[in-house]
Amino acid sequence: MSVLVYTESENGKFKKAAFEAASYAKGIAKQLGIETFAISFNAENANDLGTYGVEKAFNLSNENFSKFNAEAYAEVIAEVAKAQDAKVIVLSQSANAKYLAPLLAVHLEAGYASNVVELPNTENGFVVKRTAFTNKAFNETAITTDAKIIGVSSNAYGLHEAETDIQVEDYQTNVVLSEAGVQVQSVDKNKDKVSIADAEIVISGGRGLKGPENWHLVEDLAETLGAATACSKPVSDMGWRPHSEHVGQTGKPVASNLYIAIGISGAIQHLAGINASKVKVVINNDAEAPFFKAADYGIVGDAFEVIPKLTEKLKEFKANNA
Amino acid sequence: MKILVCISHVPDTTSKINFTDNDTKFDTNGVQFVINPNDEFGLTRAMWFKEKQGASVDVVTVGSKETEPTIRKALAIGADQAIRVDTEPKDGFQVAKELAKVAKDGNYDLIIAGRESIDYNGGMVPGMLAKLIGANFINTCVSLEIEGDKATAIREIDGGKETLTSSLPLVIGGQKGLVEESDLKIPNMRGIMMARKKPLNVVEPVADGLSTEAKKFSKPAPKGDVKLVDAENIDELIDLLHNEAKAI
Repeated sequence: MSVLVYTESENGKFKKAAFEAASYAKGIAKQLGIETFAISFNAENANDLGTYGVEKAFNLSNENFSKFNAEAYAEVIAEVAKAQDAKVIVLSQSANAKYLAPLLAVHLEAGYASNVVELPNTENGFVVKRTAFTNKAFNETAITTDAKIIGVSSNAYGLHEAETDIQVEDYQTNVVLSEAGVQVQSVDKNKDKVSIADAEIVISGGRGLKGPENWHLVEDLAETLGAATACSKPVSDMGWRPHSEHVGQTGKPVASNLYIAIGISGAIQHLAGINASKVKVVINNDAEAPFFKAADYGIVGDAFEVIPKLTEKLKEFKANNA
Repeated sequence: MKILVCISHVPDTTSKINFTDNDTKFDTNGVQFVINPNDEFGLTRAMWFKEKQGASVDVVTVGSKETEPTIRKALAIGADQAIRVDTEPKDGFQVAKELAKVAKDGNYDLIIAGRESIDYNGGMVPGMLAKLIGANFINTCVSLEIEGDKATAIREIDGGKETLTSSLPLVIGGQKGLVEESDLKIPNMRGIMMARKKPLNVVEPVADGLSTEAKKFSKPAPKGDVKLVDAENIDELIDLLHNEAKAI
């Protein structure tokens, strides 16, 4: 019996979400008194997983699997899960993990709980706490199948080091890529910019910025902090910014450590989408903006004056604390 | 081309979320229900295929009789016929199994579902459905073109986009981007009148057993008051973020 974690890598390097998922998997394995195994695809240093308590990593080094393929990846994970008698399979909530998890659930006839924020309660059954209603509520969900799949929300459980002697196996699969399946033709990824999903800090702009020509304020601040940029729904609806930056209930959820909202009034749908962020800062010239009720820190002031000053001061701060 | 659009009946995005029955049930009191926004983008894209390329569009929902106004709205927007699987949706896997039966019976080329419902946010139904019926699957789909029996789609990935091709039958988990918000169809009077005459077939459920069970609900702990910092005193904000919040 084991807990199996899918540890996602990009260009051979593990993502932070992979280590967080591994930490979570280790947490469950300790509760259940079983081992923690990991499956990775073309990872360069699967040994790193030992830091987070993984006892054995199955790393598939195979050119054919260099591009993400949800169908094939799910099949490989299912193959390992069956061979290792995995009781619980843990994934992050990256776009790729969310893509393959339901396919894996059908392979394993497993109950799947997504957006899980805490270790399960295993005293009486297997109950996980997950977010629902787009972060407006939590729901305790019992998974009642033999095999169980858990998607762990980003930044919810955090990294927990548990230095372990890890054994890495060069995994060989019987899974053959289907010619008839979904084929990736091209990937368009901004390599210089951190994505909203992976970001520790997100800087978000709203209608208060008056127009797309003023977005350098957001971008300069984001660059200073190594943050991702985001925007409110009206901003993406008006075409000032791409849809991929829209955060909120019908856009992307944000679970960063720090979320700075500039010129965003704080509609209920927006606040729901960013609620999982740990520290929220609002900068708005309207002291009555609803966002001030949801934020930890706030400045009532003109963004066009406050943001350049803030960026300047943060540059100094970064230089002094480097 | 035969298209099936899966519709989830969800509380409007502005709804206040409360619970009843000792926090085990969602309180529907005073709540307006709508077509799940992620499904609505897909429905509008399906209408586009119908108008520009010729297609039949069926809509399906899994739910009790209370969901009928929502599915009627989809008919008013232009779907040809509706199917309602008469059972309470309790678990994503169960819903996927019900939809799989409908999908198999209808022999559809393209099945569009939202990437997730905005109530339980499970994000599992489209993928499970695809796997259950042996169809291809593309999630977080923001653009979809069909030519003959080949689909070209764009999927959102973390920090970018991916262009994919697929043969049919195909299931997509759709979202905003499939069509623009401003292109969403609002039912007109003629559509509403016609929807009354369109078939709404009620079918019996087939799925046996559940894989998960939603138990108790709770709401996030109330937040403390915001700490206001003077606009002239940016250093104080940086100090708070560094020393108190430890966020930078």
